[in-house]
Amino acid sequence: MSTAAPALLGGLETPSLASRARWAVSDAAALTRRNLVHLYRVPALIVFTAIQPVMFTLLFRYVFGGAIHTGAGAYVDFLIPGIIVQTASFASFGTAVGLAQELSAGVIERFRSMPIARSAVLVGRLASDTLRILLTVLILLAVGYGVGFRIQTGAGQTIAMILLSVGFGLAISTVSAFVGLAVKDPESVQSFAMIWLFPLTFASGVFVPVQTMPHWLADFARNNPVTLFAEAARALSIGTPAGDSIWLSVVWMVAIVAVFVPLAVRAYRRAG
Amino acid sequence: MGEAGGSGPAVLVEGLTKSFGSVRALRGIDLAVARGRVLGLLGPNGSGKTTTVRILTTLLEPDGGRATVEGLDVVRHAVAVRRIIGLANQQAAVDETLTGRENLELAGRLYHLGRREARRRAAELLERLELAEAANRPAKTYSGGMRRRLDLGASLVAHPRVLFLDEPTTGLDPRSRADIWEIIRDLVADGTTLLLTTQYLEEADNLADEIAVIDHGQVIASGTPDQLKDRIGWDVVEFRVTQREQLDLAIEAVRPLATARAEVDPRSGAVTVPVGSAGSDALVDAVRRLDGAGVEISDLALHRPSLDNVFLALTGHAAQDEAPAPKRGRGRKTYAASTKEA
Repeated sequence: MSTAAPALLGGLETPSLASRARWAVSDAAALTRRNLVHLYRVPALIVFTAIQPVMFTLLFRYVFGGAIHTGAGAYVDFLIPGIIVQTASFASFGTAVGLAQELSAGVIERFRSMPIARSAVLVGRLASDTLRILLTVLILLAVGYGVGFRIQTGAGQTIAMILLSVGFGLAISTVSAFVGLAVKDPESVQSFAMIWLFPLTFASGVFVPVQTMPHWLADFARNNPVTLFAEAARALSIGTPAGDSIWLSVVWMVAIVAVFVPLAVRAYRRAG
Repeated sequence: MGEAGGSGPAVLVEGLTKSFGSVRALRGIDLAVARGRVLGLLGPNGSGKTTTVRILTTLLEPDGGRATVEGLDVVRHAVAVRRIIGLANQQAAVDETLTGRENLELAGRLYHLGRREARRRAAELLERLELAEAANRPAKTYSGGMRRRLDLGASLVAHPRVLFLDEPTTGLDPRSRADIWEIIRDLVADGTTLLLTTQYLEEADNLADEIAVIDHGQVIASGTPDQLKDRIGWDVVEFRVTQREQLDLAIEAVRPLATARAEVDPRSGAVTVPVGSAGSDALVDAVRRLDGAGVEISDLALHRPSLDNVFLALTGHAAQDEAPAPKRGRGRKTYAASTKEA
């Protein structure tokens, strides 16, 4: 009985590595295109991603900002690079919620019954979310300019700052993808994302200098990757000393992606 | 179609088992579907129908036993299986933001049809599913029946050799249900092998060449709809005696046929005679005997049992009075079976 299978495959044998790679790319491209159509037809997806950070920006610029002292320089210049980093990470909610919704609607089950690459749904999602994160970062940058933030470095460093922020958002999106596929229920996913991302981004050097916190919290905040990314973003946009923050940020990014992409793929295969 | 699979059955399932935690969803399922035939997997919620389909469509790995589709093992050759099957599950998993046409074109691309062929096939299916007029509207504007047809279309894009439909009409109104049946009959006429699950007994009766009745993770009976009906022998001959004074005479005449006491409604003169599985033989016999006794009758008919009766006789409980489906860790809707349409 088991001997029959290869002979029966009649043109259905496992395709070559090259054609599998080609399909993996074209499957992911087809799904990316689909997600971009969503983004285009449902602009609320971007508006809702941007609305909260814009409110934070106004809140910290005008309500709390006067009471926060960051040493030299204006608070708004301290605030905006940090809040851009936070925004990029919050944008990853969309990744988790989007996947969980497709899972509960049976869409992912349909994809899993099709001969598409195991990575395609995830890659398509992350690719389109990267664009969404980029748009949100640009909106925040524009809002920042509106409230008095000014870039004090060159164009190259500004682009590097944008790329770094988007890269951080993408890395956090891989965590979100895993959470979305593992938790499955869209509403729980939303609250779960708040539970870990909120403390992580607030107990950091995004809004206030770390040394103003109590020791135990300052120790945490100093080692929090969000602080590193905020410092790197400041270095690249307003020219504060970078220290090790830039290359350490890149290391964090790579490490997060290396851990969570395999976890997310595994969750996808077991989904449902 | 094609050589793959040779002459064996299109779907073969042997001793399939699967547990979710302590819930034994499948306790040794055996099934075979010949090429080009329709098997109806009939059972209440939680009986194991969907689990069986999920294993056959490579979404879930079994704990024990084996299953092949066109001779391909669903675990070892999962990738190859995915290229020759189509699946429409009970959720109508269409993309609501995309139009009907975009949904089908996307499916075509994901089945690697190529851009032009995907476009051509989408147009063809939209026509066939009577969605051409709504083709360029987002699927969220579709009615339940249209959505289900679109979902069915997505499963047909790559001309699957074996099609799996998990409760294709659950939750639909009778009109939409009839539309889906029509499409399914067309498909089958084209030679597609079909395995369909349903909790509508009428649906299995209408569409399936063979039925496997499944309950608590086991196949408890299988055969053609007629065989199942013969098996429980609930055929009934009914007629009305036009002149009331002949009632006793009539009952006396048909007594030799009756396998149980005949029922009489003295007001209307209706007589109901259980005849086991004698079917049309009993009908002819009844006519002869009533004629011989000089009884005048009208409204003569033979009623075969509905599959409701079959289910009740086989399981000792009605199809729709089953406990809800076991927990699946997500919000799969459970629908009550409606079995009253027939």
